[in-house]
Amino acid sequence: MSEALLQVENIEVYYGLIKALKGISFTVNRGEVVSLIGANGAGKTTTLHTITGLLRPKVGKITYNGQDITKVPAHKIVTMGVVHVPEGRRVFKDLSVYDNLCLGAYTVQNKENIADNLAMVYDLFPRLEERKNQMSGTLSGGEQQMLAMGRALMSNPEMIVMDEPSMGLSPLLVNEVFKIIETVHSRNITVLLVEQNSKKALAVSDRAYVLETGNIIMEGKASDLANDERVKKAYLGA
Amino acid sequence: MSEIISTIINGLSQGGVYALIALGYTMVYGIAKMLNFAHGDIIMVGSYAAFVVVGMMSSSPFLAIFIAVVVCTALGILVERLAYRPLRGAPSLSVLITAIGVSYLLQSLAQIIFGATPVMVPMFDFKFVDIGGISIKIQSLITLAVCAVVIVLLLFVIKKTKVGRAMVAVSEDRGAAQLMGVNVNRTIAITFAIGSALAALAGIFSLFVSPVTSPTFGALPGIKAFVAAVIGGIGSIPGAAIGGIILGVVEQFALSVPFLSPYADAIVFSILIVVLLVRPTGILGKKQREKV
Repeated sequence: MSEALLQVENIEVYYGLIKALKGISFTVNRGEVVSLIGANGAGKTTTLHTITGLLRPKVGKITYNGQDITKVPAHKIVTMGVVHVPEGRRVFKDLSVYDNLCLGAYTVQNKENIADNLAMVYDLFPRLEERKNQMSGTLSGGEQQMLAMGRALMSNPEMIVMDEPSMGLSPLLVNEVFKIIETVHSRNITVLLVEQNSKKALAVSDRAYVLETGNIIMEGKASDLANDERVKKAYLGA
Repeated sequence: MSEIISTIINGLSQGGVYALIALGYTMVYGIAKMLNFAHGDIIMVGSYAAFVVVGMMSSSPFLAIFIAVVVCTALGILVERLAYRPLRGAPSLSVLITAIGVSYLLQSLAQIIFGATPVMVPMFDFKFVDIGGISIKIQSLITLAVCAVVIVLLLFVIKKTKVGRAMVAVSEDRGAAQLMGVNVNRTIAITFAIGSALAALAGIFSLFVSPVTSPTFGALPGIKAFVAAVIGGIGSIPGAAIGGIILGVVEQFALSVPFLSPYADAIVFSILIVVLLVRPTGILGKKQREKV
């Protein structure tokens, strides 16, 4: 249980002169669901972008599966088993659902493997199969989120990094998204989740870290944090 | 009547040449988000490559076509690697100025190596064919056929292959494409390679019409093809083809009417003004999407 899959050590990230992450460290163990919670501008998205290579830390080290991935470019991280479902879904709107899923499997060479993954995704999200020839731009927000998740699953991930998957969705679809996260987890995929909906995020997580203006100010078991007075007050609206 | 038909065919074939060049502009714009103003000069380099083979070595024109395509493809990749890649993420004005610089560099190099005097590049000795009483230049038919095949092939590659999907993905959202495992630099290099190979073909077809080249050989076709790309909607591949065809046909008609022929270029460029007034994003250009 406590085998570290992803280790982030003391990373500092800058946007120009602005220091967005002020030296944060955390660990995600194999098989866990870990949440990063915090207010807007706390550095959650920046953290995810740094892990998957879209940003580079000025200081610090990121280790995945024992390998140093601090300087590995984004497009190679996918082949190592980490896939990123970006904030705002960012499906390719001018491509069909099917083409989006194919792009998700861009790094997979084996054709049978791709076909199996496609069947698995269609099984998980029957809606995507119904709309496979439709342009992704015409999908609803919920469907686009399903597509973003399905696309990520096409790459044989060991770990999925999700950025605000419930953003902009109706309450019904929010529940749907968290169900999907549990399904993904039940397939032995490790999940690192960033969410504004802290309550729901803590409910599906094993552990969590609380970020505030570029620092981790609290960490612990998700169930403990959900009952912590300070967390309740600041993030759970209680 | 027969004159009109032969003008249409000449127009379509000239339009095909513009379309080939316009495709390079539009693909590079769509995928690398830059206007490659050195694109026209790639055509010129291709024509000199052909000159070296047929003019200086008196070798086969077929070899000249092959060498021109190879040289231009390599040059496209080289220019992207040395001049544009270091500017990835730089303001677009810096990239634009660099492209103009590359354009002058290529023209000056050609002038230093081959001199400023135009040189003959004798390709094939084309005849006229008689189809139902209409005499048509064979080169027009060949050009038209090759352009059509190339455009269809390109659309197929973009719609149906892995490389094509990667290109569309990079053009739409570079960051998200990287997250799929797409190597953005490599995809952009492939785009430059394809665009430059098409430019080489366009240069060869231009030599079919008039077998003379000079260091500014690519300037006018380059600008016209850029106009074609904008008319069609820059970034759109079918748009570039349509824009090229429109330009070619209008130009040939203008040239065929005696009192209009001196103004052919002016007429061609005024299409741009009209199209931009009616549809500012071009015929097939996308409207800017509102962010939800």
